[in-house]
Amino acid sequence: MPDTVYFFGTCLIDTLFPRAGLAAMQLLRRAGVRVIFPQGQTCCGQPAYNSGYRDEARAVARAQLDAFPADLPVVVPSASCAGMLRVQYPLLFADTADAARAEAFAGRVVELADFLVRVLDVRLIDLGPPIRVAVHNSCSARRELGVADATMDLLGRLARVELVEPERAAECCGFGGAFSVKQPEISAAMAGDKARAILATGAAVLVGQDCGCLMNLGGTLARQGGGPLVRHLAEFIWERTHRDD
Amino acid sequence: MTTEFRLAIGAALRQDRVRGNIRRAMDGLVTKRREAFPDPQERESLRDEGAAIRAESVARLPELLEELERTCTGNGIQVHWAETGADANQIVLGILRAAGANAILKGKSMVSEEMGLNEFLQRQGIEALETDLGEIIIQLAHEAPSHIIAPAIHKDRAEVAALFRKHFPDQPPAQQIEELTALARTVMRERFRGMTAGLSGVNFAVAETGTLCLVENEGNGRLCTTLPDVHIAVMGIEKVVARLDQVPTLLTLLTRSATGQPITTYVNMISGPRRAGEKDGPTAVHLILLDNGRSRIHADPELSATLRCIRCAACMNHCPVYARLGGHAYGTVYPGPIGSILEPQLQGLAVRGEMAEASSLCGACAEVCPVRIPIPRLLNRLRYEAVSTRAASPTLGHGSRRLVVQSGIWRLWSWTCAHPRAYRALTRLLGLLRRLQPTRLPPWTDTREAPRLAPESLHRQARAAGFSDRA
Ligand code: SF4
Repeated sequence: MPDTVYFFGTCLIDTLFPRAGLAAMQLLRRAGVRVIFPQGQTCCGQPAYNSGYRDEARAVARAQLDAFPADLPVVVPSASCAGMLRVQYPLLFADTADAARAEAFAGRVVELADFLVRVLDVRLIDLGPPIRVAVHNSCSARRELGVADATMDLLGRLARVELVEPERAAECCGFGGAFSVKQPEISAAMAGDKARAILATGAAVLVGQDCGCLMNLGGTLARQGGGPLVRHLAEFIWERTHRDD
Repeated sequence: MTTEFRLAIGAALRQDRVRGNIRRAMDGLVTKRREAFPDPQERESLRDEGAAIRAESVARLPELLEELERTCTGNGIQVHWAETGADANQIVLGILRAAGANAILKGKSMVSEEMGLNEFLQRQGIEALETDLGEIIIQLAHEAPSHIIAPAIHKDRAEVAALFRKHFPDQPPAQQIEELTALARTVMRERFRGMTAGLSGVNFAVAETGTLCLVENEGNGRLCTTLPDVHIAVMGIEKVVARLDQVPTLLTLLTRSATGQPITTYVNMISGPRRAGEKDGPTAVHLILLDNGRSRIHADPELSATLRCIRCAACMNHCPVYARLGGHAYGTVYPGPIGSILEPQLQGLAVRGEMAEASSLCGACAEVCPVRIPIPRLLNRLRYEAVSTRAASPTLGHGSRRLVVQSGIWRLWSWTCAHPRAYRALTRLLGLLRRLQPTRLPPWTDTREAPRLAPESLHRQARAAGFSDRA
């Protein structure tokens, strides 16, 4: 078991949902792992990469390669960013001077739930009341990284949490980064259907590991009025297992 | 910017009935595919095999095509090469004129849609009679196919019944699917009688043996290939495979991925015109090999994976974007994920580049593609080609979608995120000014509440909570 890890916070968490990032780091620390948060990190570069701006994405990606120099695991609380770092970096840097560096870096990247379950095998003591929780596994978690099972496993370790997956759980929520801006109507239609399916579960909280999806679904649910609370996986787990004393 | 595509999208999303019809059909096909592959391991190894076969075909395309021409010719099939759809149309016309035919019986063929054959023939005063039920329905409704294996998937039973009542007023009205199918069969078969020329697509053409392989379910398609004296087969040049023993794998992948069937009702293997002593079959068989931009796609080592496609439509059936829009909104012959990588390459990024943007890159398409085409990766590559400033690229219209403002924004963003100090200063500033953040950020907030900036970034909170910066 590694005693020290890097933490990659992601730009969305950094600017919009820092509590999720902090909760993730606290979970790791509580499990006995020393967590390093390099101040030199910024964004994985995915927004530009998926918009076709590869040179611009590469410049940003190179800054991340610089920010995580030691041979330590890089834990990422977002499947989509983890997918970028792990799967896309080697493609982005193929045939460049940084190819080997990117390969090595990619090999160190682990998504948070995957790390907590597979590497740390954490035990969670559920301090919260019984609750029904709808889970949204992102497309990156499900397909690009194949860690959706780890999310379910991890949440399953909370004794009083009843997990439900909404109808058509495997279908995309319609965020897709710039897609939600470039094709707003299609994106809204996808998010709307998803929000209806989530409401139908009667869950009190919607949990996911990608802030993009949560922002998209949470924003849609909030606009419809009512609906479940939306929480990042790490924040949800931390809230239910942490006692201030 | 309100493009034609965006307008079509808006219109498509407002058509609740069509959306409902498509969704129901998709859900059915998705379930059937899942049931057709009960064993995930077998499914994955079949997909490996399929991908390898098609990758080999694409890699050896030029030599396999030459071999195909040789073997087909040896079998008595007349082989024609067409550079463009217009060339292919002229070849069809020439054959029809020589045969003295003023009408043609058509089996389902996406390539003929690509050629715009029906409209072309109509302008020449030649009637094209479709034989596939779905194609008949959309021909009667004066529409284009909405799906590549189920052209009328966007219509429900009641709409078809109404359409038939209007067009076949002397027939007893039909309501149930079986009645409707039977009605179409009776009426159309009467019309099919005495046709001298038939046209079909090709699912696979075997280079080794010069065999044209065709699948269908209704039994009308084979009328085109056996009833008339002249049979014309049209295919995109990528449909060639090396050997006959590769066909069963591809067939089972095709039908199981498409409709969940282990095999279709009819599998035709055509290896030449009627021979002496044979009771039926055409006296002449023509094969038209259409390029129409495929050689260009073939020239790119990454994008050439597009040509592996066996047109099963599984990617479409699983695509959340296609499920919302239906095929018509795309305004192209091939819609959905395969269309979004193929059409921008066939027609160029300047015309169809937006299709590559109409994807959330969720990966559902690649997850089901029987020949493992990495569709999201190719979409990403096409987006890159669309805004690329590189000097040379085989991709048509490359760089044509680069806009000054947009690329300026990305450059600024890139600079900021590549300079952590600047990034931290900016996020700090945004945190301080968060009260000035607009609550309306259209189009995002047309249907959603806007996310709110946090007062303190994670960078600052991590430091405050005592997380060290360095190993
Ligand atoms: S891209 Fe793949 S899934 Fe889509 S039609 Fe072609 S073979 Fe089928």
